[in-house]
Amino acid sequence: MQQHDKLVMMANQIAKAFAPQGEARAVPQIAQHIKDFWDPRMRRGIFEHLDSGGAGLDPLALAALRKLHPTPQATAHQA
Amino acid sequence: MTLVNEIDYGTPASKSEKMVTLTIDGVEVTVPEGTSIMRAAMEVGTKIPKLCATDSVEAFGSCRLCLVEIEGRAGTPASCTTPAMNGLVVHTQNSRLKQLRRGVMELYISDHPLDCLTCAANGDCELQDMAGAVGLRDVRYGYDGANHVFAKAKDGTANDAWMPKDTSNPYFTYDPSKCIVCNRCVRACEEVQGTFALTIAGRGFESRVAAGMSENFLDSECVSCGACVQACPTATLSEKSLIDIGQPEHSVVTTCAYCGVGCSFKAEMRGEEVVRMVPYKDGKANRGHSCVKGRFAWGYATHKERITKPMVRDKITDPWRETTWEEAIGRVASEFKRIQFQYGRDAVGGITSSRCTNEETFLIQKLIRAGFGVNNVDTCARVCHSPTGYGLKTAFGTSAGTQDFDSVEDSDVMMVIGANPTDGHPVFASRMKKRLREGAKLIVVDPRRIDLVRSAHIEAAHHLPLLPGTNVAVLTAMAHVIVTEGLVNEKFVRERCEMDEFQEWAAFVAEERHSPEATAKFTGVDPAELRAAARLYATGGNAAIYYGLGVTEHSQGSTTVMAIANLAMVTGNLGRRGVGVNPLRGQNNVQGACDMGSFPHELSGYRHISDDTTRTMFEEFWGAKLNPEPGLRIPNMLDAAVEGTFKAIYIQGEDILQSDPNTSHVSAGLAAMECVVVQDLFLNETANYAHVFLPGSTFLEKDGTFTNAERRIQLVRKVMTPRNGGYADWEITQLIAKAVGLDWNYTHPSQVMDEIAALTPTFKNVSFKKIEEMGSVQWPCNDANPEGSPIMHATTFARGKGKFVLTEYVPTDERTGPRFPLLLTTGRTLSQYNVGAQTRRTENVVWHEEDRLEIHPHDAEQRGIKEGDWVRIQSRAGETALRALITDRVAPGVVYTTFHHPMTQANVITTEFSDWATNCPEYKVTAVQVGLSNGPTQYQEDYEAFAQASRRIAAVEAAE
Ligand code: SF4
Ligand code: SF4
Ligand code: SF4
Ligand code: FES
Repeated sequence: MQQHDKLVMMANQIAKAFAPQGEARAVPQIAQHIKDFWDPRMRRGIFEHLDSGGAGLDPLALAALRKLHPTPQATAHQA
Repeated sequence: MTLVNEIDYGTPASKSEKMVTLTIDGVEVTVPEGTSIMRAAMEVGTKIPKLCATDSVEAFGSCRLCLVEIEGRAGTPASCTTPAMNGLVVHTQNSRLKQLRRGVMELYISDHPLDCLTCAANGDCELQDMAGAVGLRDVRYGYDGANHVFAKAKDGTANDAWMPKDTSNPYFTYDPSKCIVCNRCVRACEEVQGTFALTIAGRGFESRVAAGMSENFLDSECVSCGACVQACPTATLSEKSLIDIGQPEHSVVTTCAYCGVGCSFKAEMRGEEVVRMVPYKDGKANRGHSCVKGRFAWGYATHKERITKPMVRDKITDPWRETTWEEAIGRVASEFKRIQFQYGRDAVGGITSSRCTNEETFLIQKLIRAGFGVNNVDTCARVCHSPTGYGLKTAFGTSAGTQDFDSVEDSDVMMVIGANPTDGHPVFASRMKKRLREGAKLIVVDPRRIDLVRSAHIEAAHHLPLLPGTNVAVLTAMAHVIVTEGLVNEKFVRERCEMDEFQEWAAFVAEERHSPEATAKFTGVDPAELRAAARLYATGGNAAIYYGLGVTEHSQGSTTVMAIANLAMVTGNLGRRGVGVNPLRGQNNVQGACDMGSFPHELSGYRHISDDTTRTMFEEFWGAKLNPEPGLRIPNMLDAAVEGTFKAIYIQGEDILQSDPNTSHVSAGLAAMECVVVQDLFLNETANYAHVFLPGSTFLEKDGTFTNAERRIQLVRKVMTPRNGGYADWEITQLIAKAVGLDWNYTHPSQVMDEIAALTPTFKNVSFKKIEEMGSVQWPCNDANPEGSPIMHATTFARGKGKFVLTEYVPTDERTGPRFPLLLTTGRTLSQYNVGAQTRRTENVVWHEEDRLEIHPHDAEQRGIKEGDWVRIQSRAGETALRALITDRVAPGVVYTTFHHPMTQANVITTEFSDWATNCPEYKVTAVQVGLSNGPTQYQEDYEAFAQASRRIAAVEAAE
């Protein structure tokens, strides 16, 4: 499995676990979970994927990742 | 040094709180009501002669040696069966009693061989002791009459009463000629072990102990726990090691290094040789009981395949080269430095094991965090109980089971979910079975009909054989029943839990789609049974949940743990004896490994690495800057290795190649690394990919502590010099630390524990001295709980109010379909342990020579598979072959195997799907196809050849 595909799958799994609480409460918890448990290179990996369109990401996961990574252009250039 | 002596009080202690006072031989003694006169006498040091009584089993009253006189009563009652009562005046010795006792002993001895000098029990035989105690000087009957002693009578005719020795069990022998038919073994097997393998066959003079239906021990139901051997007062049942070596001269109390029960043992020694391991009565986890692994399977410690010299090689295709500790340690330090310089600081990491002591684990994470400046440290608990950590922390605020084992004595209902205690946690299972025989009710939630569902004198009230992967749906359906049928413990919920969250949760589970009827379609569980089980759990009195890896090793493992916590909270089954939520830990120190901060995101005591206060405290103590970002978990390390950003790993006591899922991915990850360091006892499977091998030490060779499943911290004590040249594992870690420039100067693990206590609030008052004084201590142990905490969350939860979490069932991505129509689930067996590296190197192989694939007769027939046929198992990840075992223990559609043998390669088929919160792999569900094959797969054969090649050790060159 490609590294990005795997990260997408993991992010979507996390999103599904918090989904029953409704978007407003789920999104910050999904973001926090990723921040607490993913090492920086995994986060970098998913942000790259996000910057290139974020295909396959669950809408809640997408919203959470956007929260963690609000200015895609800026970091994309740094990397 | 001397033998640790334990007092035999003759009969079990009474639990009564009412006291009675009596006089024995002029001495006044006060004991709890229900205590026998024999025990009361022993309390004041008066040893009444006895043979058929011992305090591990109920009194039987058959030998008539323990007679006493009681003033005002006729006759000479047996003191073991006569209860102490207020005002009794008892005499234990006078001429009448002497006479009677001598007569009894004379009869016994007339039918007992007189080979005392050459008998294995010489010096430790109760029959011998009693002959001495009653002053037996001669035997009037002679030895020529009917007897069990001689194979032939004087005239050469065969003696039909004589039976040959049974040596079929690999660890102990049964010599019927020495049996005094005291029945202690039979009672031990029933009462202590709960297996009912032994009976007394025949009557009167004919009677003799028999295993099963007069089979030999090995073929009977005997599970080789050793309880009968220990109870036997004579040499009739004796350890083979004792027969072989002789009586021990000193003993040391230590802790079993196999499973999470954490049994306490006396290692009985002659010099540095172990004579036998005997379960320790004062051990609070096991109360004097044991299983075949801890009691007998320690032979691996001296196995010839143990590696005792450090080894290095440049490429994994090279043979190993033995070397000095200096070179091996130097190599590790220089390679890790080079790799960090070349690929970045984050390119290295380490893995600790649940087999390591707390101190070893703590030091490894300290080395990785403080020495290498990264948080890439993980433990094998990742692959078993990490969801317990996440789930219980979320619900209750702390990552541990809520009860001590003794709590089970007060349970009225036990719900066992995804665990197989009789195989995985045998000593605790014996305690469960004891309580079940006393009338407690049992609910089993497991795809497979585990032994507990139906065994001697036990029958589960409900067995819910769910399809693997549907735990969350089943538990949420139970919550549905409890909420919609009005069985909520409102008082508890109102006082102890977050109300808003509860109300939201109650509305959620009450939805019709969570009902047993609606979920039955995909769980396969009969809705009526599920309803009845939920009612029993909610209303049957004290209800306790015990769960195992069948809960955690799923893509929804963490959710399942939270669903369990929800059930306990909604029914108020928390905070007192008899109830609670109890993870049954696999390996011995899973709890400890988690507590010690070996997860990449947290420091000891479950505190997140990003928490500035905690991190600063560690930084100041360690004098090193720590990285505030979470590190990689084991599966993430392997992903990163394949991707090229992770290059070096230090693995202590863990065999990830055999134990972790999707073997081809693990081997690709290991192969992509430039420096793999393995510290272990044997060249394990992971070592096939290693560049440096550091020989480890066994639990018999070091000091330290283990923490069992009930949070009990116990001492491991060194009884022999490490075979690797004298280094305990923690010392090896210290050598590496020094080589990379850390100023570590520990001279004993107790100093490491002092550091843990200083840095971890829940361990604040823990020290080796404290453990030594108390025997063991359960954390939290701090100023609020100076003597430790047998039961947690008694008045409030660690987090304050209990948290209900919405548990939506999300089917795993690992689904069956036309190509892979069956679900494979995995487990373990009693005699083998984990990847089997130790137990496969003991006589335990007689019980489990190979892993087999269990398949339902219906599925087998469809595929033309017969018992014992080789079958191929294919999944999306790979394929392997095993021999089939046809059984209806598994439901149609489900197949099952164990993973104790490397040749099995069960993890070639398991996939990389994992728990959403913790990445704990989903071992318990793999969609597979099964078909006939004619033997091992090409892969298995290739692997075998590769492993052989990789284990070559170059012949030592002549000195230059
Ligand atoms: S070893 Fe254990 S199971 Fe076997 S007969 Fe003895 S007590 Fe029973
Ligand atoms: S085998 Fe030992 S314990 Fe069992 S009846 Fe005989 S003497 Fe007693
Ligand atoms: S393996 Fe477990 S149950 Fe068996 S003796 Fe060791 S700690 Fe006790
Ligand atoms: S010890 Fe009391 S009758 Fe045997």
